[in-house]
Amino acid sequence: MSSAIETQPVGTAGGADAAPFVRIEGITKRFGAIVAVNRIDLDIQRSELFCLLGGSGSGKSTLLRMLAGFEQPSEGRILIDGQDMTGVPAYERPVNMMFQSYALFPHMSVSDNVAYGLRRGGVPRAEIRKRVADMLDMVKMGDYAQRRPHQLSGGQRQRVALARALVKQPKLLLLDEPLGALDKKLREETQFELMKIQAQLGTTFIVVTHDQDEAMTLASRMGVMRDGRLVQVGGPRDLYEFPADRYVAQFIGAVNLFDGVLIEDEPGHARMRCEEAGCVIHVGHGVTGTLGQTVHLAIRPEKINLAHDRPAQDENVTPGTIDEVAYLGNLSVYQVRLDTGRLIHVTLPNLDRHEGNVFEIGNRVYCSWGPASAVVLPA
Amino acid sequence: MLRTGRFVSIMAVAGLLFLYIPILLMMVLSFNASRLVSVWGGFSLKWYGELFANDQLLGAAWLSVKVAAVSATLTVVLGTLAGYVLTRFGPFRGRAMMAGMVTAPLVMPEVITGLSLLLLFVAMEDFIGWPQGRSPTTIIIAHATFCMAYVTIIVQSRLAQMDGVLEEAAQDLGARPWRAFVDVTLPMLAPALVSGWLLAFTLSFDDLVIASFVSGPGSSTLPMVIFSKVRLGVSPDVNALATLLIGFVGACVFIYSWRVGRRARQRDA
Repeated sequence: MSSAIETQPVGTAGGADAAPFVRIEGITKRFGAIVAVNRIDLDIQRSELFCLLGGSGSGKSTLLRMLAGFEQPSEGRILIDGQDMTGVPAYERPVNMMFQSYALFPHMSVSDNVAYGLRRGGVPRAEIRKRVADMLDMVKMGDYAQRRPHQLSGGQRQRVALARALVKQPKLLLLDEPLGALDKKLREETQFELMKIQAQLGTTFIVVTHDQDEAMTLASRMGVMRDGRLVQVGGPRDLYEFPADRYVAQFIGAVNLFDGVLIEDEPGHARMRCEEAGCVIHVGHGVTGTLGQTVHLAIRPEKINLAHDRPAQDENVTPGTIDEVAYLGNLSVYQVRLDTGRLIHVTLPNLDRHEGNVFEIGNRVYCSWGPASAVVLPA
Repeated sequence: MLRTGRFVSIMAVAGLLFLYIPILLMMVLSFNASRLVSVWGGFSLKWYGELFANDQLLGAAWLSVKVAAVSATLTVVLGTLAGYVLTRFGPFRGRAMMAGMVTAPLVMPEVITGLSLLLLFVAMEDFIGWPQGRSPTTIIIAHATFCMAYVTIIVQSRLAQMDGVLEEAAQDLGARPWRAFVDVTLPMLAPALVSGWLLAFTLSFDDLVIASFVSGPGSSTLPMVIFSKVRLGVSPDVNALATLLIGFVGACVFIYSWRVGRRARQRDA
């Protein structure tokens, strides 16, 4: 799907020769006439922390439920550690899941909740006690073992749910919006804790989330889903800097999108005339297209520079007026009304503590960027 | 504001009096030494003595308790299964029809239920030889059929509130579906099952119409005996029995609400 961009790196984590730990082969799930998941192929390596990112209704949760065994695929199959999971019920899969609502058993204490899976697995009593205690210590809930779930805060419940899902030492842990119910501050702390635990145990994690920041922070690799299809798979940086299409570009981070007409196309660079931007845009990579063709361009707000005076360059520069400014502390977001009428977003870091916003509303500015800043999107 | 407050409290008192004066009157009359309902002949416990000497009344009461307990238990099992199927099995073929038919006895006139069950039992006896005649067994079956609707509805609404994800979580942790049901669903359903059982017990205990159709000789339930006695004139030992029953029910309600209140306080603490 990315044939148009030669420079895009191929995102693989475990090396191409390693056999995938989880292999999803041509999975389709239909609910009546609705296709929730549409022919997805995906390999996930051992010990990866893979994030499935998508809006609501993108099919990410359905895919997760098929991995857990709660839904049967209409077509295709799933292999976990080389073993075909077709027809294997949820209770026999080497997979555990952390539910979005945590699904803690309200009539059991914290330690009984965590011990439940081990009891079902016929683990000896003494070992259960030890493993439950160890696991509760790891998630820092050792002091709450006798509490009931309703006596815990949201963050504490989240830890118990994690402990319960991990205590059976599953080969694969599925996490459905693991941090969705936590407030922002707690979520950021918990993200790093989750990553630490994952690195410590080496368990393969598949996380479903709609929050792109969460996915970017957690994932070693991520996949973006839309309308039941996997649009793009890659590392956080691949997806941010080399989005496969306009949807991914807009879904992950903020972006300014332009349409341009290809006027020059060489292996090392390409030029587009862009009416919206009011200038010729020069990109430092080749585009496999025909001259005169309309292409989509994406420029991230932080990759655009602002200046009061016209920079000494003929391309990738366009004049405008500051329309709106938002001071966010670490950076400021400027809305610039280009002379062509188009509104674009530019973010600049606030480097000087005394200065505040460098540009004020109504200032005339020149927006400029380098050849490595803009990216041409295949679709 | 004050006026509304006063109006509301007057209406509340009037309503409570309307509900409870007949019961209080009956309880008072059970201690009446006179045989005549309208004449107060002084305080006496003699009707209680007569009650405990009346084998017919006591036997009927005991039969009613047994019938109510067995049919309530049967009802809870069947109603739970029906409620579970209706909430957790998704849109299977015939679901709408099943939902309608399970709840139909709620609106069916009792006379018709009783008559149709009687016809069924007679036909069954002709064809398969069971149940033999009309007996406590037929009353139990009849009561279970019409009480099941209530329990199904109670279980269904409780399950609908409960998240199916808990059962999935149990299965995810290695419990087979039946095990997940026993470990997770059943404990959470327990309050609904208890109230369903009590409701079925009560419905069975005070059913007169259906029992009259399907009972046989020697298997008269308490409501049937009382009803036939009252036709010959109100007898004060029935008042005594009713007073004892009310005392028992009142004690149960009191203990239950005390326990619920204590649990709520513990939860808050």
